Amino acid sequence: MPITTDSTTRDDLPQAGLTRQSTGAMTTPDGPPDTGRTGAGETGDAGQRTMVRLLDETGVRHPDPEHDRWLSDVDDDVLLGLYEDMVVARRIDLEATALQRQGELALWPPLLGQEAAQIGSASALRGDDFVFSSYREHGVAHVRGVTPVELVRVWRGVTASGWDPYAVNMATPQVIIGAQALHAVGYAMGILADVHRGEDPGPDGTAATVAYFGDGAMSQGDVNEAFVFAATYVAPVVFFCQNNQWAISEPVTLQSKVPLVNRARGFGLPGVRVDGNDVLAVLAVTRAALHRARTGGGPTLIEAVTYRLGPHTTADDPTRYRDAAELAEWKERDPIERLVAYLRSTGALTDAVAQKVQDAADRAAAEVRAGCIALETPPALSVFEHVYAEPHAELEAERDEYAKYLAGFEDEEGAR
Amino acid sequence: MTTLTLSKALNAGLRRSLADDPSVVLLGEDIGRLGGVYRVTDGLQQEFGAHRVIDTPLAESGILGAAIGMAYRGYRPVIEIQFDGFVYVAFDQIVSQVAKMRARTGGAVTLPITIRIPVAGGIGAAEHHSESPEAYFAHTAGLRVVSVATPQDAYTVMQQAIACDDPVVFFEPKRRYHVKGEVAEVGSTAELAAAPPMSAARVVAPGTDVTLVTFGSLVATALDAAVASADDGVSVEVIDLRSLSPIDHATVEASVRRTGRLVVVHEGPRAVGVGAEVAAVATERCFDALMAPPVRVTGHDIPYPPAKLEMHQVPDLDRICHGIDRALGRVPALASHGAVAR
Repeated sequence: MPITTDSTTRDDLPQAGLTRQSTGAMTTPDGPPDTGRTGAGETGDAGQRTMVRLLDETGVRHPDPEHDRWLSDVDDDVLLGLYEDMVVARRIDLEATALQRQGELALWPPLLGQEAAQIGSASALRGDDFVFSSYREHGVAHVRGVTPVELVRVWRGVTASGWDPYAVNMATPQVIIGAQALHAVGYAMGILADVHRGEDPGPDGTAATVAYFGDGAMSQGDVNEAFVFAATYVAPVVFFCQNNQWAISEPVTLQSKVPLVNRARGFGLPGVRVDGNDVLAVLAVTRAALHRARTGGGPTLIEAVTYRLGPHTTADDPTRYRDAAELAEWKERDPIERLVAYLRSTGALTDAVAQKVQDAADRAAAEVRAGCIALETPPALSVFEHVYAEPHAELEAERDEYAKYLAGFEDEEGAR
Repeated sequence: MTTLTLSKALNAGLRRSLADDPSVVLLGEDIGRLGGVYRVTDGLQQEFGAHRVIDTPLAESGILGAAIGMAYRGYRPVIEIQFDGFVYVAFDQIVSQVAKMRARTGGAVTLPITIRIPVAGGIGAAEHHSESPEAYFAHTAGLRVVSVATPQDAYTVMQQAIACDDPVVFFEPKRRYHVKGEVAEVGSTAELAAAPPMSAARVVAPGTDVTLVTFGSLVATALDAAVASADDGVSVEVIDLRSLSPIDHATVEASVRRTGRLVVVHEGPRAVGVGAEVAAVATERCFDALMAPPVRVTGHDIPYPPAKLEMHQVPDLDRICHGIDRALGRVPALASHGAVAR
């Protein structure tokens, strides 16, 4: 139960992906710091720590009994479903980027390169789970059932909210870095409180929450407080950190002198580092973490090592701060190409299937474009709506005053 | 009717809400076994369990953020911020998250969170324990802000705030926690609806010469000033604002139209404070009825001073009476700024 704190020392927590125990915080690291500019972010702890990886960069599948057991149901249909979601998410994202360039969106934060991390993790969720994300999780939202047009509404500037959070069990994007991690913990505390009040969690365990955030957010107080609260109350929450190596212009080394996953131990959380460009590995570790959460095992920190192939947002120019060589290196690790190579090798992905998926992606792109352009600016007085749930005389008077002011212009129009 | 201290009345209000609504949960530091540093939650964890009266880690932003998540799930969290000066580390969660959530989700997400904050000085406390941060929150759209001054309001408004579907910042005047008063039983939905709404100001002493507006810990001092003024032949009408967002300007306006003179008193700094808003709106709405400029008697625009000097920050009986004299034109304004050298 959340509310009873876990007083045991949890120094024996499993740290998945850990091949050799770190010797402790006081010792001098024996390798160079992770530069964030090379490799998969493994250089700092090379030899000490591995990432969970089931599909290598060339698309070769490597058996891994510890993690394969979470994928026993993953047949060709499931794999092709993951593939389609990744392709569609990328296509929506590219279309939205284009819409911004054409002046139809005010801003867009591209997910390009992070499709495996997002589709793999979101595909592990149940409908009754609840997601609290940052502003780049378009792939997660797509899997939750958010429509392409709902995704872009906020960025066109016609609404503060793209969708009803309760319709898809996913909060709308959080812009304040890391703030949503606490909301995920609180919601998870609520799940446990429901059980305490007598709700039957069922044979598959309780619902869980997932907090998505990035490497930059790992420095935020709210994220660290979320770790504390989650550990204390054994809350059913998964912290899913997409380490895309860059927080706008700041490399991950500016946020942390140790691999981000190492932070987990100090908070009493299990931590797992996964190749974030390997959709199968992401699916497996997220399922494992969710299972732990559902069955009273508490929170887990997942560090998905990936790369932001595009700019931070369409307002950003990454050529000012990162090398073309680094970008080229990561393009070689493209999460979709890797899955394609694997599916081609098994024969699951035929030209006909690939075309069908491409058609679905093109339809989604057409939908986002047509839907975006059709979005209308709401009436002026709608800005006064939903500020309060209950009557508020002063605000109502303020609205009426502004309505009268606006009505004056209508009279002028009529007089002409 | 029962005689209760203000803190016991708060406790009774919390107990009633916990008993009547299973979605009410309390979160805060030291609120469980200890019953809070001011004992406002005394006995509630024993009565309702550790799953409903929850001791939290020492992280105010964490408390607010967790409360948001619980409210998302359908709970009605009541937060205790241990001291006024500790609320600033939770500022983003209150101002960017709690206050805006309903608007930014198009009304889909309602966060009925009550944020209790012991407020203001006058008790010889340590640094950061005597702040008056109400203007920050009254300035923030989406929040309601209330400040109770009597045991009856402590009991009733506590329940109204918890039942309110909007987030409410609930200020408790810590200097008055031990003041006793009569408290009538209120608690059913009908009784709460029949009680004065928490957004309404109240005339606590009728008068005809000067309108004296205040709230929280200084309501009692203002009443003393009204008695002292009566001895001096001046009839002072005292208004307890009770709600700082929204402010019940109509009650102030009606009074000022009768008296023609306005004095606003609060502990918080003067600049851009609640008093500035009350004076501005009263001037806008009853400029024609005013016989003198509104007068503000407030804390100075300084960091809250050390305990041995705090009597210079918190308006006392003499300063309020001086403000009344200024409104009556009996003493000149003391301000030296704005004078043009000739």
